[in-house]
Amino acid sequence: MLLVIEQLLNGLQLGVTLFLMSAGLTLIFGIMRVINLAHGSFYMIGAYVAATVAARSGSFLLGLLVALPAAALVGMLVEIVVLRRLYKKDHVDQVLATFGLIMFFNELTRVVWGRQPLFMDVPSWLSGSVELIPGIPYPSYRIAVIGVGLLVAVFLYLMFTRTRIGMQIRAGASNRSMAGALGINIKLLYTLVFGLGTMLAGLAGVMAGPILAVEAGMGESILILTFVVIVIGGIGSVRGAFIGALLVGMIDTLGRAFLPAFFRLFLATAHADGVAASVASMSIYILMAIILVWRPKGLLPAHT
Amino acid sequence: MKKLCVLLVVCGLLVPNLALSVEPVKIGMVTTLSTKAGYLGEEVRDGFKLAIAQEQGKLGGVPVELMVEDDGRDPGKAKQIANRFMKRDDVKIMTGIIFSNVALAVVPKVVRSEVLYISPNAGPSALAGKGCNENYFNVAYQNDNLDEVVGKYVSEAGFKNVYLLAPNYPAGKDHLAGFKRYYTGKISGEVYTKLGQSDYAAEIATLRAAKPDAVFFFLPGGMGINFLKQFSQAGLSKTIPVFGPAFSFDERILGAVGAAALGVKNGSQWSHDLDNPANKQFVAAFKEAYDRTLTLYASQGYEAARLIGSALKSVGGDVDKLDQLRSAVRKADFESVRGKFSFASNQHPIQNIYIREVVEDGKGGYTNQTLKAVFTDHGNAYVDACSMK
Repeated sequence: MLLVIEQLLNGLQLGVTLFLMSAGLTLIFGIMRVINLAHGSFYMIGAYVAATVAARSGSFLLGLLVALPAAALVGMLVEIVVLRRLYKKDHVDQVLATFGLIMFFNELTRVVWGRQPLFMDVPSWLSGSVELIPGIPYPSYRIAVIGVGLLVAVFLYLMFTRTRIGMQIRAGASNRSMAGALGINIKLLYTLVFGLGTMLAGLAGVMAGPILAVEAGMGESILILTFVVIVIGGIGSVRGAFIGALLVGMIDTLGRAFLPAFFRLFLATAHADGVAASVASMSIYILMAIILVWRPKGLLPAHT
Repeated sequence: MKKLCVLLVVCGLLVPNLALSVEPVKIGMVTTLSTKAGYLGEEVRDGFKLAIAQEQGKLGGVPVELMVEDDGRDPGKAKQIANRFMKRDDVKIMTGIIFSNVALAVVPKVVRSEVLYISPNAGPSALAGKGCNENYFNVAYQNDNLDEVVGKYVSEAGFKNVYLLAPNYPAGKDHLAGFKRYYTGKISGEVYTKLGQSDYAAEIATLRAAKPDAVFFFLPGGMGINFLKQFSQAGLSKTIPVFGPAFSFDERILGAVGAAALGVKNGSQWSHDLDNPANKQFVAAFKEAYDRTLTLYASQGYEAARLIGSALKSVGGDVDKLDQLRSAVRKADFESVRGKFSFASNQHPIQNIYIREVVEDGKGGYTNQTLKAVFTDHGNAYVDACSMK
């Protein structure tokens, strides 16, 4: 029973990380109608910048403070230089261009930082573990990740519902030409939204830095999951992304944790482990297929 | 005037012949220099180049030309490069492949075309057993070796309930099979994870609940870094000792893992502190030339070059004498940085295999220290399956 609770926490933590990634991606798609495959690159940039600054200064927080604007700035630069040319184009062109960006950024990090993965440590004040439930020490850093993710979710909710800029973003998403006619600077708005999205990806990267290997190409492994999340949640919907991310995080974690035991009930151990491993890695895609059959536009489709 | 013309013509005729006689022996290196795993090829290449540089552009006294191409870890691309080497450049000696799946795609055709292939890294069982070939040599190890040594060591050290972890792909299963070949205790759990997985929280929680007395894992590259960091963050590294083959503990990876790898024991056929003159000379020369801590892959590239050098020397650089060249390679008549070294009948190494421990290097970093040779003169499990005797 304790194990189940611990695995639920693990699932929540993975889900929250996925949310940070998918919120940005779904915003960009929902509002700008751009498929941005390079989203993982901003995750990587966040991690690399934070790891470098943290190693030089010895302060994780300083790393975080530098990495967020860095990811946002690079994102806005990419929007101005590359993506602006693609709004009117077909999705295929966007996919090709942003796929090219992935390769560009991966090689760039190799040129700047070298091939060796960087080291990034958990800040000392988060390095211990906390016994949330007696008997199960849970790493404090992972609890911090959950906290940050939930804070961002609240922040985004308030921004969209309570602020002027949030209203403008929603207006831009529903009808871009009408919003433009009402005097909203759509160009600027798009750049800002893109910067916000990439900053969230950068934040996810910083938070992942101490847990994962900071290396060129680290963005791609999470990018696929991120796309699954936004497809499940409904493309363009931040609320959908939140629910989708938690679902995917939970299903993936619980599948990996408990499927082997489940298959051992009626299969030989060696065989059960193999089958469980395969089914666990398929589980989120099966989930996606089921949800798409049931609701082709995702759980909470954006108003389109 | 006429005389001058004749002279010029004669010279013109002579020059190409002259050039031909000193034309260096071409060696084709297909290796992985890009992608995340690019540093593996970089190390092999630099080790190989060091051996050439130490002889001023020669190997075994024969001038050589090393042609290096990046396969991008893509079997199809590696095949194209190998074809080009053989057809356009008329290469007779090839080396360099890092990954077993790439080797399986490239090597069979290369060795059928009467080209010698010296593997500096990949040693899949398929090429050691039924698929062995007289033109294929592996100078590094058979893939299972580094797991076998850990299996034996763990049993000797008295661990009886070990938890196993590997990615869900053929090499992952091979490596666990290698471990189990010499491990005598009970298996507490055997988990196969997604290839390229980054978060291991679920596996680690399950592992903790299984209460094993040790963990053996094969997770190459970034996966290993992720697992070790998370394992240590979960507070388990103090209570459950971790073991694995050297692939997750080379000096480059240790830099990214940091203190989380401290005390981990791993199996390797080489270490920078092996006490023999050839190794001391090599380690010092490598650090001097490239100004970085070297990994086992660098030693493998260096050994491949030295092996080729010993064979070139015995045929005087005439690579068209394939039979003589091949038997010269089989003799392995070079001073190995691993000390004693010879080939088994399936042309894979017979060598000592060691257990190393990750320690602090005294300069704020981490490195491997050799604990003991668990196997002496160890061959491989596929000798009988190979038709060469």
